[in-house]
Amino acid sequence: MHGRIRTWGPGALVLLPTVLLLGYFVYGLIAWSFNTSLTDRHTARKGPASYVGFENYGHLFGEDRFLNSLKNLGVLTVAFIVGTLIFGLLWALLLEKGVPGESIFRSIYLFPMAISMIASGVVWGWLLNPSQGADARGLNRLFEILHLHFLENPWWTAGSRWTTMASIALPAVWQLSGYIMALFLAGFRGIPPELREAARVDGASEFKLYRHVLFPQLSPIALSALIILGHMSLKLFDLIYAITGPNQFRTEVPAIYMWNTLLRSDMAKSAAIAIVLLAVVAVLVIPYIAYTVRQENEE
Amino acid sequence: MRGGLSKTLALVGAAGLLAVSACGNSNSGGSGGNSSASKDVTVFTWWADGGEKAGLDGLVSVFSTACKDYKFVNSAVAGGAGSNAKQVLANDLQAGKPPSTFQAHAGAELKDYINAGQVDDVSQLYKDYGLDKAFPQNLIDNLTVGGKIYSIPANVHRANVVWANPTVLKKANLDATKAPASVDAWIADLTKLKAAGVAAPLALSKGFAQEMLVEAVLLADLGPDKFKGLWDGKTPWAGGDVTAALNKYKTLLTFTNSDREAIDWPDALGYVNSGKAGYTLMGDWVAAQQLADKIPDTAYTYWPAPGTSEAFQFLSDSFTLPTNGVDPDGAKCWLKTVGSAEGQKAFNTKKGSIPARSDANPADYPKYQQTAMADWKKDQIVPSCAHGAACTLGQNNDILSALSQFSGSPDVAKLQTALGAAMKTS
Amino acid sequence: MSTDTAAAATGSAAAAVRRKPPKSRGVIADGSTRRSRTVRYVLLLLFLLFVLIPVYVVLITSFKTSGDTTAASQWSLPKTWTLDPWRKAWDVLQPYMVRSLSLAIPAAIISSLIGSANGFVLARWRFPGANIVFAFILFGMFIPYQAVMLPLRTTFTTLDVTRGVPTLILAHCIYGIPICTLIFRNYYATIVPNEIIESARVDGAGLVQTYLRIILPLSMSGFVVTLIWQFTSVWNDFLFALFLTQQDNGPVTLGLAALSGGQKVDYAASMAGALITSLPTLIVYIVLGRWFIGGLMAGALKG
Repeated sequence: MHGRIRTWGPGALVLLPTVLLLGYFVYGLIAWSFNTSLTDRHTARKGPASYVGFENYGHLFGEDRFLNSLKNLGVLTVAFIVGTLIFGLLWALLLEKGVPGESIFRSIYLFPMAISMIASGVVWGWLLNPSQGADARGLNRLFEILHLHFLENPWWTAGSRWTTMASIALPAVWQLSGYIMALFLAGFRGIPPELREAARVDGASEFKLYRHVLFPQLSPIALSALIILGHMSLKLFDLIYAITGPNQFRTEVPAIYMWNTLLRSDMAKSAAIAIVLLAVVAVLVIPYIAYTVRQENEE
Repeated sequence: MRGGLSKTLALVGAAGLLAVSACGNSNSGGSGGNSSASKDVTVFTWWADGGEKAGLDGLVSVFSTACKDYKFVNSAVAGGAGSNAKQVLANDLQAGKPPSTFQAHAGAELKDYINAGQVDDVSQLYKDYGLDKAFPQNLIDNLTVGGKIYSIPANVHRANVVWANPTVLKKANLDATKAPASVDAWIADLTKLKAAGVAAPLALSKGFAQEMLVEAVLLADLGPDKFKGLWDGKTPWAGGDVTAALNKYKTLLTFTNSDREAIDWPDALGYVNSGKAGYTLMGDWVAAQQLADKIPDTAYTYWPAPGTSEAFQFLSDSFTLPTNGVDPDGAKCWLKTVGSAEGQKAFNTKKGSIPARSDANPADYPKYQQTAMADWKKDQIVPSCAHGAACTLGQNNDILSALSQFSGSPDVAKLQTALGAAMKTS
Repeated sequence: MSTDTAAAATGSAAAAVRRKPPKSRGVIADGSTRRSRTVRYVLLLLFLLFVLIPVYVVLITSFKTSGDTTAASQWSLPKTWTLDPWRKAWDVLQPYMVRSLSLAIPAAIISSLIGSANGFVLARWRFPGANIVFAFILFGMFIPYQAVMLPLRTTFTTLDVTRGVPTLILAHCIYGIPICTLIFRNYYATIVPNEIIESARVDGAGLVQTYLRIILPLSMSGFVVTLIWQFTSVWNDFLFALFLTQQDNGPVTLGLAALSGGQKVDYAASMAGALITSLPTLIVYIVLGRWFIGGLMAGALKG
């Protein structure tokens, strides 16, 4: 027993500060937020508050504005994930076999990832100007110059929830497609060449090769990509803040709504919004973490 | 192995120290909120550029001679009639790190801070500085909450003003010197302008500009007394007269530019100046902007919003004394400057507003302010929600959200419900 | 490749990308005809355009005079080239840039160091329940920071941490630990063979000796990965900045939001500001990128 503690004790000690820090700053603070969300602390005034159970959550889910923000978030997430996966996979497929100048394409496709969402939001907010025709600005102006009039549209300022949130997703797709390309490209390069050879020897067509041999190998990467993009999208705040401003019903998501609620110092309600957001992320991420750790154990 | 363990402990300790102490308590940078900067007076405003910035600079120059012991530190946050700034400020106040003094709209907006115990009563300063006599009684009434006063106003602005381009109006043979008698008459004029080829005759921008337009329509249709009642609960939001007014607002939207959600008021004003639009409704800070942009007097006209000529919809920028501020004496010296005749003159001649004090000499002011000072004395005073006199920040946020929803998909019944609901909350 | 987690992908994806395409591609014989290659090239160029269009308009606008940013001339080259927008943006952003640098560098270094020690233990010095601890740490990477933001602010106020750079360093250190731990854990799991550790243990080396003598010298590429990752995300962070700092002590993202959030927006200056704000991270990617990817590969091969 003593010997075993000697072997693994030091390791546990190294991790102890991390566990304590995260225990407080992640789990402790989440518990704190959750606790606040159960109270009637609706002003910034200090002093005792009383517990009201899940009343704040009940109010939220009975509220048009909150439901709107949840729906917006759902649509944004789908548009963002689908868009990014399509572009990322397409670029990876185009580059996969190697083309002259590959590294240049790769670097340029990847570079938007280095830019902050605030900077890209400032730029895209300007590009997504809704004016059309003779007064068109931004991308609409470009379409005007290129005589692609049918492409001109009001972006996020009018139309359905889908067109609105897809316009917001566009800059995010622009930023992260390169990253997804890199993931898939790594996946393709990680597949042993023998597999391709074997398939070709068997006379498989190029399409069948991808469909039955290569793509199945990529599914773990696709899952990782899905989780990365999903949790990014759920947390998205900066981009919307920079493009539409913080108080815009059409593009409001829970993260933004929480910020607006804080303006009136309604601590309990903003904590409740934050906890709902956390719950959505947790539904996505916890099974993934469990799966990952279990797989590790099997290895 | 024993040596291994002790070294491990050292490593663990080092990591912990790095994480906690090295990160946390290094005192590099960040002067804000630290008591070591005792003589600094941090003044939080949303006056970051244009005429507003010029006005602030004027105030600062008076401050630097009157309060030699203190140094002015500018903590201005730009954007949307202070909406960005207010978020940042709410943040700082919640964190218990108030600036020395901050700008707030006089009236209901202050209630948020008062209820949260974030600002101090300054009634005594009114007596000390003789402000109780210098400010008109109707303004002081608007500032008083439960017998106490919590801020010192620097100026008075008028919200219900329409700015017009006579050259554009001539296209439909409209008289630019006179306001249409009612909202309906205005809609008729807008229809004529559209027929004359002006595609979007009413320039409109996002957020609070839309709120101001709704308020102007409500004020015209309901009249000043019922309009005031909307904000203090005496007039029901569900009434048929409100429905009728909101329908007119819906009609007005059809005459506006399609990029209204993407631009701010100076851009909308630019549409009027450039001849793309005939009118825009905006507060009288436009006068200062036009001066700053060197737009000649002859290129534009202005009048009270149609149907509201008897009413002066006011808003007032004021300064507070935050509870537990770093250096209350410095803040008080700033407040004294703000309330002084000299300070108000230095500020308002540049900002385009009129002084809150009644002892100012109109001759010191540009043309627009002279007429506004006369109106301020004779018109009925009504508050503005968009600028904090009539509603709290939270109510205002809800109203703005409802209006941005309406701008995308106009549904009058929904808007009416949302407005009523917004005013029911605090 | 190791696919267990998101961030694993970050590190090793970068590595694998650099790998040459399989040599055994039956050259053009595998159906990749000349025409299909041309099509591929055209598509690649089109997408390049899609990525670069915003860059073009931002660049040209940043050199325009204020009268030149009208709708009609938005996509044309400047009538007269001027550096004024850059000067204006720089005047505003300069103090923010200094703060961001003095914040991103220490935060990246400290969280990388902690991540390296943690990653080593989790990958190569395991103890019972290590997996649970790993899952415990991993979750911290995914949480929406909104869920901790308000109590975090209260905590910092109570601890009386100086607002501004120190608060942000502390926050980024703590919330950066999970991803750094993860990257190092996967890195050590791939590059350091268990046999080396075992033989070191047989020789009587403790954890510290093993870490210092064997692991640390092999960690260079791992550090490059986490340093770049952390530097970028700290530099680009807006949420923590918004909640934990003010204009006079906040980082550059806050400065840019103020520069371009005014009522009368100077488009040229805000575009120049967006470029200035992005420069440091771009430089890090360009200068360190090659070494970062290549180094990781070399490490893997050496093992």
